[in-house]
Amino acid sequence: MSKYSVLSLIKNAFNDNKNWERAWRDPEPKKNYDVIIIGAGGHGLASAFYLAKNHGIKNIAVLEKGYLGGGNTGRNTTIVRSNYMLDENALFYEKSLKLWEQLSHELNFNVMFSQRGVLNLANSDSQMDAITRRGNTMRLNGIDAELLDRRQVEKMIPYLDFSDTARFQIKGGLLQRRGGTARHDAVAWGFARGADQLGVDIIQNCEVTGFKTKGNNIEIVETSRGPIGCGKVGFAVAGNTGHLASKLGMKLPIESHVLQAFVSEPLKPIIDHVVTFGAGHFYISQSDKGGLVFGGDIDMYNSYAQKGNLPLIEDVVTAGLAMIPGLSRLRIVRHWGGIMDMSMDGSPIIGKSPIDNLYLNCGWCYGGFKATPGSGWVFAHTIANDAPHELNAGLNFDRFRVGRSVDENGGGPVPNRH
Amino acid sequence: MIRIKCPYCGLRDHSEFNYIGDATKLRPVNPELANDDEWFDYIYVRDNPRGVHQEYWQHITGCRSYVKVLRDTVTHEVLKTGLPSDSLLFSYEAEK
Repeated sequence: MSKYSVLSLIKNAFNDNKNWERAWRDPEPKKNYDVIIIGAGGHGLASAFYLAKNHGIKNIAVLEKGYLGGGNTGRNTTIVRSNYMLDENALFYEKSLKLWEQLSHELNFNVMFSQRGVLNLANSDSQMDAITRRGNTMRLNGIDAELLDRRQVEKMIPYLDFSDTARFQIKGGLLQRRGGTARHDAVAWGFARGADQLGVDIIQNCEVTGFKTKGNNIEIVETSRGPIGCGKVGFAVAGNTGHLASKLGMKLPIESHVLQAFVSEPLKPIIDHVVTFGAGHFYISQSDKGGLVFGGDIDMYNSYAQKGNLPLIEDVVTAGLAMIPGLSRLRIVRHWGGIMDMSMDGSPIIGKSPIDNLYLNCGWCYGGFKATPGSGWVFAHTIANDAPHELNAGLNFDRFRVGRSVDENGGGPVPNRH
Repeated sequence: MIRIKCPYCGLRDHSEFNYIGDATKLRPVNPELANDDEWFDYIYVRDNPRGVHQEYWQHITGCRSYVKVLRDTVTHEVLKTGLPSDSLLFSYEAEK
């Protein structure tokens, strides 16, 4: 497989771009694999990539019921950040952010990672206190954070409502300059190409329909393309984790909920950063094509439908207009829903499961995209060594049973409050 | 919009309701005797079905009552509603 470079670009341009190789193969499933990862989204592909690259495991398959990157990887708002407070989250997401910073080189694929800065606004004095504490905690963990006052925010992003009559006055904000956005599809494609080059079989249109177990082990993964024998199995199926687990009679501390996201008509550059609202749940950035990409809360009720409802759209738009009144005449051109695996404490579960050769990578709530490389990194380590990496040791499945939940927001065991 | 039939107020938009959650979980009958596994199951573990889900909604802008709802999580179709004491799942299966 050839490497992408300026030379290959020029060479192919002279050939009218007719001779580009396929970025990855389309193999038939083999009878047996050492490791089967279920779900060819960012997390599944990254896990396969690091399993092959860091741990030398070659006989790997990634099974995908639809097409590669067609689930939440292609349905998010592409925000990357590591502004967490609890150690279990902070150190893990910071590792992920460091991997993002090298990812395009590592994969020889431009994931268009843009460190444009993530700014969380504070709209009350108590929020200022909260973000000050968060920022200080981040800095103690070696993560960049800058506290901005109202004047500094106004200088940076004058398009917010700074009038005296604004319903929610802007007090300041917490800025993580190393945060930003990445091209979501490119992340899936880059990891797919990278994993494929290392010999990983990516098998699309291959839905897992059941499992054959022996003792406390999965022996065979039943799929729509026939049974496949396995050494170890990893779940990386986000919102479908509960459904897949039920085929093993396993119940998890997870509920599936629908989250909607939106893109406006394209504009000239106006929003240069990722900005989030303090007084409501709203986050926005501008894509390279010019569309404003934004979202807010989940729809709040359990759902496996990749579509949401209108009252929530009204909610999101209301919050958006309170933050940036200038959006009022903008038209939304696309909106969609993705199924979030909402965990009971708002933090992910990456680690061993009650079944000996099954590993879980789930519970990402709203925040799975930014974790993609880090998640793959530690999940690969966990599968290869049958033990967690130090960065995901605290994000294990057993933490709920023993009362060590990782509840960043202090929301309690209510999945739709995270 | 999901339309939910409140047993007291009739058919209303779901925006009048607050979603409470899974209605199949039962608090341990003798809390002081319950072990960690029972608490873990009650507080954290969910069936999370793809399909029929029995859940509570509260009619917060109406009568403020809890309403038990049987709803399909794939289509969002409301199959049955009733009082919190009703066993909707049981009667739904029986009628099927």
